[in-house]
Parts: sequence; structure tokens; C-alpha cells
Amino acid sequence: MSFVPSLAWRDSRKARRRLFLYVAAMALGVAALVAVRSFGANLQTALDEQARAVFGADHQVWNWGRFTESNEALVDSVAAAYGAEVAREVTASSMALFPESGGTRLVQLRALRGGFPFYGEIRTTPDSAAGVYQARGEALAGASRLRQYDAAGGDSIRIGTRTYRIAGRLDGITGQTDVEALVGPRVYLPLDDLDPQLLGFGARYTTGAYFRLPDAVEPDSVLAEIRPRLAAMDLRGTTVTGLEGDWSDALGDLTRFLELVGFVALLLGGLGVASAISVYVRQKAETVATLRCLGATAGQTLRIYTLQAAAMGLLGAAAGAALGVLVQQALPRVLGPFLPVEVETPFVWEPVLVGVGVGVTVALLFALLPLLRVRRIPPLRAIRADARAAGVDVWPWLLGGVLLVGIGLFARAQTGVEAAVWGFPLGVLVAFGVLAATAKAVQRLVRLLLPRRAPYPARQGLANLYRPGNQTLVLLLTLGLGTFLLTTLGLVERTLLAPIALPAEEGARPDLVLFDIQADQREDVRALVREQGLAVLDEAPIVPMRLTAINGRSTEAIRRDTTAPQPTWALTRQYRSTYRDRTVETEEVVAGTFVGGVAPGADVVPVSVEFDLANDLAVGLGDRLTWEVSGRTIESEVASLRRVDWARVQPNFFVVFPEGPLDGAPQSGILITRAGSPERSAALQRAAVEQFPNVSAVDVGLVLGLVEGILDRVAFVLQFMALFSVGTGLVVLAGAVRIARLQRIEEGVLLRTIGASRAQVRRILVAEYLFLGVLAALTGIGLAAAAGWTLALFVFQAPFVVAWDWILAALVVVPALTIGVGLAGSRGLLARPPLDVLRAEVG
Amino acid sequence: MSVLSVHDLTKTFDSGGRALTVLDGVTFEVAPGATLAIVGPSGSGKTTLLGLCAGLDQPTRGRVILAGQDLGPLGEDARAALRARHVGFVFQSFRLIPTLTAVENAAVPLELRGEAGARRAAADLLDRVGLGDRLDHYPSQLSGGEQQRVAIARAFIGRPDVLFADEPTGNLDDDTSHRVEDLLFDLNREAGTALVVVTHDAELAARCARVVRLRGGRMVTAEDPAPDAQAGRTAAPAAPIPS
Repeated sequence: MSFVPSLAWRDSRKARRRLFLYVAAMALGVAALVAVRSFGANLQTALDEQARAVFGADHQVWNWGRFTESNEALVDSVAAAYGAEVAREVTASSMALFPESGGTRLVQLRALRGGFPFYGEIRTTPDSAAGVYQARGEALAGASRLRQYDAAGGDSIRIGTRTYRIAGRLDGITGQTDVEALVGPRVYLPLDDLDPQLLGFGARYTTGAYFRLPDAVEPDSVLAEIRPRLAAMDLRGTTVTGLEGDWSDALGDLTRFLELVGFVALLLGGLGVASAISVYVRQKAETVATLRCLGATAGQTLRIYTLQAAAMGLLGAAAGAALGVLVQQALPRVLGPFLPVEVETPFVWEPVLVGVGVGVTVALLFALLPLLRVRRIPPLRAIRADARAAGVDVWPWLLGGVLLVGIGLFARAQTGVEAAVWGFPLGVLVAFGVLAATAKAVQRLVRLLLPRRAPYPARQGLANLYRPGNQTLVLLLTLGLGTFLLTTLGLVERTLLAPIALPAEEGARPDLVLFDIQADQREDVRALVREQGLAVLDEAPIVPMRLTAINGRSTEAIRRDTTAPQPTWALTRQYRSTYRDRTVETEEVVAGTFVGGVAPGADVVPVSVEFDLANDLAVGLGDRLTWEVSGRTIESEVASLRRVDWARVQPNFFVVFPEGPLDGAPQSGILITRAGSPERSAALQRAAVEQFPNVSAVDVGLVLGLVEGILDRVAFVLQFMALFSVGTGLVVLAGAVRIARLQRIEEGVLLRTIGASRAQVRRILVAEYLFLGVLAALTGIGLAAAAGWTLALFVFQAPFVVAWDWILAALVVVPALTIGVGLAGSRGLLARPPLDVLRAEVG
Repeated sequence: MSVLSVHDLTKTFDSGGRALTVLDGVTFEVAPGATLAIVGPSGSGKTTLLGLCAGLDQPTRGRVILAGQDLGPLGEDARAALRARHVGFVFQSFRLIPTLTAVENAAVPLELRGEAGARRAAADLLDRVGLGDRLDHYPSQLSGGEQQRVAIARAFIGRPDVLFADEPTGNLDDDTSHRVEDLLFDLNREAGTALVVVTHDAELAARCARVVRLRGGRMVTAEDPAPDAQAGRTAAPAAPIPS
């Protein structure tokens, strides 16, 4: 073996244990990367294999509302032209009543005719139920729903005016995620037995046709062929490959984001590496100087230690990759609720190699920052301890630049966002800069304001923050960054949840919404609510309409104009508008004047448009909007713009008409009340379903529970990933303590030699780590508050909510962990007699 | 022909904006196999002179010719290569590499040159200095005297033309000092290596053929102190030292 590798190997023998923490710091970040990447690869495989079974068909056309005759003709012509098998579907939300238990619930209805799913299966208990429910006119009902009301196969379910026997329990529907199932339990019915009342005026439902194409026919080519006709009829077309692509993109975004979180852990690990190697180089300075005296060149000495760092980095990355492969087994369980497919977790090489490659590169780059100093240790130092290299070394700056560019490129590759190439490194720099500046400021402040009368251990502990060899900077960076990441997650979660949470003290808040009330049912429903002893808090008529022209130019023409700024959804959607004579508390007029009433027969109706919609439609005050309301054309002018708080539980609308012009238009209604308790809510729902089968009810408390449930799961995934950062932070902390230990030994030993007790030395340590932990927590919280506020304002556009419990938790947990790890790392020192320590560590 | 030639060597440092001359116009030569002591009070420039002679630092003015090579135009790496071929070192605090065993420490110079059989040569030399049974011990497992003997083995293993010793007995007790001194001079005689010793120790200086005395950075005398040293303890005649 030549000199460099052989000396690198021999020299590392006694240092390996010391560099173990360096290895561990790398390992967690690499583990996160490998786990998420492996999972992503396996998820893609699962999508490739299961897409058809998940979709259940090759091709689908669908639309809101019922199919027109020309829609039906198109379906027939596709079936005939390609020899396709057809199945029909109607989906809707509807109230279901379980007569045996008396329970009611809004369910996701799927009414089917034909052999759908053509691929995959509907799993039921008993197995045979899926095959027979259509022929027998029976229902299949979602498992969770049945458990809640103790209904079982053989019980019945009433939907609309019809009652169905439950043929079996729906155990799992391929392609439906658990999160989707939270929104509402699924109920499958035979389409031919569906109550036509459910599809009455104003009801929200979709009609669709699924096709099974012969093997030789490409679904995408069919879609391409019929696309012009679909567009002309406002029909939507989906193919199995298109759907797979959409999922692939969405899940790709998810895994890329998670990888980015892993990468942050890796960067933290890099910081640990840099600090470990920095101290290592300091300890090796004499050896390097001696080697240089004996004739080793600067390059040779640098290579010796770079080789050691690379080998350690490789070891850390390999250990991390092994851990990552294990963690990957857990990811389907963590992410399962969000996935439409079942993911197997076999071993995949590519993510392991990428993880190890990225890990070693990050380790090496971060290690090189301090390692470059090796070149500048002059041989003269062997005979003169104060010898220093002269001049400025530009290489660390160049390397720092390379690191930042590398971080930016990786972030862009992960997020696919162009701005990440500078935004991510800038964010890292700002966070590091604030933490480093805090560290410096704290050191200066402590030096200036050190309380002379404080007890000796506290004074010593505080002074350790600025003394030579202090760990203030490294600990503030690593702990502060970890605190920052986790607290930001907490604050953002709270900010997102706050607007929809139901404040307990506001007694009059609505908690039950009845909708799809037909015009002729309005009085009766109102009476029913009052009969139950409840108050009608709000009512609104809903008039479905389509936008046909903006300032005289047809929406068709605007859609064809590729330079037009308006998004298609805003031009083609069905608007469910209302009319009233006033604004409500969840909205605020920001421009123009709200007009509450005009005489029937006015040529131009003054309307109020929601602010963001006006932006999307590129209209302002005075612009003309033409509407088609049940075949009638209504000309309107934008008279005011409103900002709407969509998060509040109120009926909110994009477009509000004045009273008068729409009074006679076909409409349905919505009614809001407050039941106050689950029992009264259930009683009203039951009575409403029995009397008005077409009317649906939404229990707001239940919805909020669902939203919270979904956000909790999102938060769990994020926290799971953040754990890697926290783990790395703790490893780096342990490393920093280990490093500080060497520097505190002489002092501690000296103190004990001249009579200090172990308890006194321990108190000094506790004081130092307590100060560091509190400082790191405070700085991290400050950064998190700034980041949370920025995200709330610019990304989520919601008022920033201060999550005091998260902040307090950070303030308690971070210092406690710092003290715990700090004392654990110093335990051996305190237990041994001073002379032993002096011999072992210094001698 | 001298193995080390120093001419008008001057070193000036910047000290808080003021030029501080720590070495001023030093000139001498050392012949192959000769012994030379550099003595003087603390701060007289002894260590600075040693560093400049070995090419560890660069003079402000003057020339050093080591093993026939003018160090002036040589870069850092070329000077390192020259040291690897022609120079040995012994330090006051031994400067063994703590992570290498005795035999590995002694073998470093030969390994640096990429020579085969480094370990065997190191083991033989350690045996010669009386440490044949301590080959695989780490420095922390050796006494000060033993560590310095390993350092001496390391210094001589490459058969250097010049051996620079910086207070080689400064950290040792009297008995051990004498044994280490004997070893240095014995090996110097056997290998024909020139010995340049920086020391406070009058007795050690007296065993050298020539003494350069420094005060305040200037060479105050270059004397031939010990006829017995010349007669009994150094094999090669000392080179004339210009006054």
C-alpha cells in the first residue's frame, strides 16, 4: 500500500471511535433519502401494475348533471366504433338512513349499471355480494359506516325514497384512498334502481360512462379521436394512462417533497461532519506539522485526512442506506392513507446507490471545508507552537460556493421549482446566518453582561459560551435549525387548522347545513327545523347558472383564444349563485357598492363578484357578464367586488345577485341551523331525511372532524420525516458535546484537582448546556415564527396563528434534551478520578 | 564541500506594526558528518534559525544551501521533498504520531519515499536503540526516554545528510538525557550524518565539535569548545566556521 492510504488507515485506528458520531450524523439523512426514494420507485411500480385495476376501465367520459341526447349518442358511437363494452355510473352525495338503527349520514353514492369494474374488483363480505347486488337491486355499503351504526349484511339502507337491502359490506375499493373514505362512506347501488328524485333540480351529481376497449385499441388514441366532440359538448374524458400520469405526478411531488425534508436532515448531518472534522483537524495539527517536517507535502497530508473522511462518509452513507431500506418498510403504513394503490417494498438498487452517492458527496464537501486547513498547517509548527500560515485562503470560499450551488441544484431537481435553485440555498444561508449572528451576539453580550454575583457554576457555565473552544456556534446552528424546522411545521399546521376550528365559546355558531331544498319544500323544511326547537340561522336560495359571455365576447371564443388569461374552469363551471339584499358577515365589499335589489325586468343586473374570481375572469367594476339561467339569458354588470372568508361555515358565493331578477328562476335552497348536540343534530337529520328524501344534511362538526383527521395524517407524515432532522440534530449535539468534552477536560480536571466536587463540575456543565439549549430554542422559535408568518401570509393566505403549546414545548424540550445529552456525554468524566482522566485524554 | 551552508540569514517579523528582527545576518557552514550546537538564551533566535536551516520557514534575507540545493527558489513541496531525502528531525517533545505504533512511527520517512522494507528497517533500528521489544507499543505506552529513542530511530532511518535536533533532551531527566545523547552521537558517527543541535544544555553543547552562540538574533561567537569532543566523539572533522 502506498504512503497516503496506509498512513490514512493506520492513523484512523485510534480516531475511529471518535468519528463514530460523524458516521451517525450522515446515516440518518441518507436513511431518509434512501427510504423515500426507494418508496417512490416502488410506488411507481405499483402504479404501473395497478393503474388499470384502480381505474376499473380503459376510458371514461363524464360530466356534471345528466347526459344529454348528444352525450348518449357519443357514448353509443364510441361503443360501436371500437367494439367497447360500456358501463354507466352516476355519483352523488346523498343522505342515507339506516332504518334498523335510525342513523342518518351523508354518503358518497355510486350507482352503477353494467360490468364495472372491468379490471380489478370490488371486495365485499360476503365475497358474492359484489356479483349479485345489481341483479337483486340491493346495496353495498362502506365498512366504517356499517360499524358505526351496527348495520350488517341483511340490514337495510334508505336513499331517497327507496330502501335497499344491504347485500354486503364494501371492504376495500381499489383506487380509493383511506383519506377519501374519511370524506364520506361509499354506498354502491344499481343505477336502474336509483331514486330519480336524487337527480332533481339543483342536485350535484355526475353522470359517466366507462369503456372496456379491445386489447388492440389504445385508450389514448380513442380519447384523441373524440376529444373535439367532447370539448364541443363540455364532456370530460379520462383514460387509464392519463390517470396514471396524474397520480404519478401527484405522488412524485409528494415523494420529492419528502426527499427534500430528508435532504435537510442530510444538510444538518453535513454540519455535524464539518464540526467533527474541524475539531479533528485541530487535534491533528501537530501530527500534520511533524509529517511536513519529515518531508510529507501539503497535498499528501490533505489526501491522508480526506481519505479518512471519505471512508467514514462512505461508512455512514452505507449504514444510512441499510437503515433507509428498513425504514422503507414502514413508509407504506405511514403514507398508506394517501395512496390509491397497495405498495410492496422490495429492495431497489437505484435509490440505495443515489443515497450513498449523495451522502458521500455531502460528507466530503462538508468535511473538506475544515480539511482544507490541513494544507495550511506549516511544518514550522512542529518546533514553534504559535506558527501560522500567512495570507488568505480562497479555497474554503470557493468550496462554500460549490456547496451552495450543489444544494440549489439538488433542491431544484427535487421540487421541480426553478426558483428553488437560488431560493433554497438562500433560505439555508439566511437561517444559518441568523443562527450564526445570534451565536456571535450572545457571546459578546454574555462577555459584557456576565453577572459577577451569580453563583460560581452559573458564571462558569455562562463564561463557557465565549471561552476558547466553545461550542456555541455549532450547537446553535444544529439545535436551532432542528427547532426551527419542527416548530415551523407546528405553526403552519395550526395556522391551517385555526380558521376551520369551531370556537367552543361562540354558542350561536351554525353546526348543521341542510341543502338541495327545492323551492316548494322551503316552507316545510323551515317549519320542521322550528318544530325540533331549533332556530333558522341563515337561508340562501341557490340558482345554478353558466357564464356565456364577458363584455359581449362569448366564453367559447375566449376559451379558443389561447392568449386569453381566463382559466377554463372559471369559464365552464356551473355557478351556484344566490340573491339577497345585503352582505353577510363572512364577506367584505372591497370595491364598488353592493346593490341589494332591482326591479324585476331590469336590463342589466348589478352583481357582486368575489375578488379572486374577478381576477381570474379579468373583470373589474363596470364590466359586463352574461349568464344563462335555465335557458334564460341575464345580462349583468359588476357593481362590487367582495373578499370572502371561505373557511367559515357559512353559505358563501362567487356571485351574488340583488333581489328581484332571480326570484322566479328555478332554484334550490340551503338552510343553516345550530343543533348544539350530536343527538339533536341526528334527530333533525333523521326527520329531514324521512320527510324530504332529496334534502341532504352536512354536520359541520363531523366535517371539521374529518378535516382535522386528514390534516393530522398530513402532519404525522411531516413529523415522521422531521424526526430524521431531529435525530440528526441529537447526533450532532452528541458529537458537539463529545468535542466540547475534550476542551472542558483540562478545566474540569483542574477544578477537581484543586477541590471542586463532582456536583459542582456537573452544575457548571448543566448551566452551560441549559443556556445553549434555551438560546437554540429561542432562536429556532424566532426563525420559525418568521417562516410561519411568511408562509401564512404569502402561501396559505390565512391569518398567522401563534401555537403557544408548540413554542412552550420547544422551550422545554430542546434545553432538556441538550442537558440530557450533554450530561450523558460527560458522565464518564465525572465518574473517574482526575488523574485517570488527565492521563487518558490529555496524555 | 558543506552539507549545510547558511549565509547572511536574517528573519524579520511584523509585530504590531513594528518590524522585529529575530535573526540578523547569521552565517556558518556545516561539513558532512560534523556536529554543531546552536546555543543562546531564550528568545535569541535559536529555533528560528533551526526552522530556516531545515526549510520550514523562509528567511527575510540571506541564503540557505541544504544538501547542495539552494532553498530560496524552492516551493513548499520541493522543500518537503528535499527534507524527505536529506533531513532528519528530533524534537524536544518527541513529536511521535500518537496513532501509530513505535515501529510505524520509525518507518514513516522511508514510507514517505515509497521505499520497500520500511517496517523491517524500522524494526532493526528500534532494536539497535534498545526498543526491540516495544515495536508495537503506541507512544502513550512508552516513557519519555523511550519515545525520544523512537524519534531518534525515525530521524536516522532515512540515512539523512543532516539531522536537526531541537532541545532533544529538554524533556528528559539527567540519566535518560545521557543515554539519548550517547545514542545521537553514536548514530551520527556510524551514519556519517551531520548533527545540528539547538540546546540550552551546556554539557550537550560541549559534546559538539562546533558551537554557534546567539544573542538577540546575532551570532556572537562560533567556537570550537571541546578538543575531546573533536577527538573522541565526532568522527568527521568539523567544518571551519567563518567568524
